[in-house]
Amino acid sequence: MKKRSVLLRKTIDLGVNLAAAIAAFSGIVILIWILSTVIVKGASAIDIAFFLQTTPPPGVPGGGMGNAIVGTLILVVLAVLIGVPVGLLSGVYLSEFGGETRFGSLVRFSTNVLMGIPSIVIGMFVYALVVVPTGGFSGWAGALALAILILPIIARTTEDMLVMVPNSLREAALALGAARWRTILSVVFPAARAGLVTGGLLAVARIAGETAPLLFTALNSPYFPHSLSEPTANLTVTIFNFAMSPYDDWQRLAWGASLLITVSVLVLNIGARRLVRERERRK
Amino acid sequence: MNRKENAGGREEAAENTIWNPAHSMEGGETGNPAPSSPSPSDMLKNPRISVRNLQFFYGEQQALFDNNLDIATNRITAIIGPSGCGKTTHLRTYNRIYDLYRGHRAEGEVLLDGRNILAPDTDLIELRRKVGMIFQKPAPFPMSILDNVAYGLRLHYKLSRSEIVERVEKALRAAALWDEVKDKLRKPGSSLSGGQQQRLCLARALAVEPEVILMDEPTSAIDPVATGKIEDLMRQLRERYTIVIVTHNMQQAARVSDYTAFFYRGRIVEFGPTERIFTNPREKQTEDYITGRFG
Repeated sequence: MKKRSVLLRKTIDLGVNLAAAIAAFSGIVILIWILSTVIVKGASAIDIAFFLQTTPPPGVPGGGMGNAIVGTLILVVLAVLIGVPVGLLSGVYLSEFGGETRFGSLVRFSTNVLMGIPSIVIGMFVYALVVVPTGGFSGWAGALALAILILPIIARTTEDMLVMVPNSLREAALALGAARWRTILSVVFPAARAGLVTGGLLAVARIAGETAPLLFTALNSPYFPHSLSEPTANLTVTIFNFAMSPYDDWQRLAWGASLLITVSVLVLNIGARRLVRERERRK
Repeated sequence: MNRKENAGGREEAAENTIWNPAHSMEGGETGNPAPSSPSPSDMLKNPRISVRNLQFFYGEQQALFDNNLDIATNRITAIIGPSGCGKTTHLRTYNRIYDLYRGHRAEGEVLLDGRNILAPDTDLIELRRKVGMIFQKPAPFPMSILDNVAYGLRLHYKLSRSEIVERVEKALRAAALWDEVKDKLRKPGSSLSGGQQQRLCLARALAVEPEVILMDEPTSAIDPVATGKIEDLMRQLRERYTIVIVTHNMQQAARVSDYTAFFYRGRIVEFGPTERIFTNPREKQTEDYITGRFG
């Protein structure tokens, strides 16, 4: 029998190893590229006026993104207030009560599908459901669209985190005479706390940068938001409008807003990582 | 009234079980495990728990068959047998902890003070206050040592802060853990060693003042020194509590228990005073297991 060439085997091994390493490295390169571009082009736009003043009319120098920053914060907070309780409770249902029932698997399947629906479709849906009947774009519609986006993410992470809590903890609490709800609130939630907060942060990071669902719902506005029943300023739609405009000032502001969103998402992700690491250390 | 019910249950049990407690009730003197006819007489007068015709199912699969057993008041009863023979399954019916899982189902009767706790109208919270449990792996809650022990107290009683601290100390002393943790009651329960965690769980269970304590292989996850401490504790606790311990360690059963039940394939093969079971087993299977021929 002829022996296979050791040299050939080693060469192929090295080649595959190298190709994989280069592919893996490209992820870092692209991230650094995006970050550096956004910083170079956006940093000059960021000053105090950027945070305090409203978006300027075309051709007028100065102005800022104050109204859009406030608007995005309001929309995200509202979406969290609506989406997180519902998502959290469905996660609790899947993990603690009906996960093994047919209804439970139906819920899990629907949640997965909902998570995969393109955000622009959710924007269209809310447009037809809220914007058209109420006769106008509104902050409420925008917040609702973002809440629908965040709900399945929270539901699935909640289930995943709660399922990881060992049953021995639940049994120990029940064996002391705790009711089911009390066991969940006082033992299961604290045990999964870091994971739940991490999931929440990542979900916020996910919706903070969404544009498509806001295009048809919150739309945009050149003013600070004073009523959620009116079109509401927000960072992403402003970027969309300004970046494609022919005005230099608008383009500069769009880069500044891009930098702000990128840094916020980065900070949220790093915060989430920190929490995960803390949880692992405590184990 | 209750006793009558028990007696009725026993007669019924006699027809379809391998071992029947009724047999061991006749003749003999207490404290003298005569090989021919032992008499655990205090167990007969007032068993704390009487199991009658207990069957257990994991979904379609039956795990326990016609279990009949009496648990003596303020004594230690050991449940021994090879892995997978149903020891733990049996124990877990005493506080209905299996209720947590879909498809787990018990039939028959588990009488605690004459009441069938398998009945659907049983108040599980009150049952579990009376019947505490220690598990194989210590599971401290994600909170401080103090809050761990106070957890059950706060569930069942309305107590002032000082009363809680007082009863936590009492429970920790009863579990022989006080001296080791009195200066770090605010530290998380998970910061303790495995053996300390198990005693913390014991203190947590003792704090709500149960009457029965179930122990599911309480020392299998901890070192020999810590095991010795737990066994010493069991001997002290025996004065005030009825203890049922599942163990795969036969020496442990021989060391600490007053009565021993030998389980095999979901059935109770033999039951009697520990000394007699270990020196003079009646059943061939018991003898084979005890002498280490299988299991």
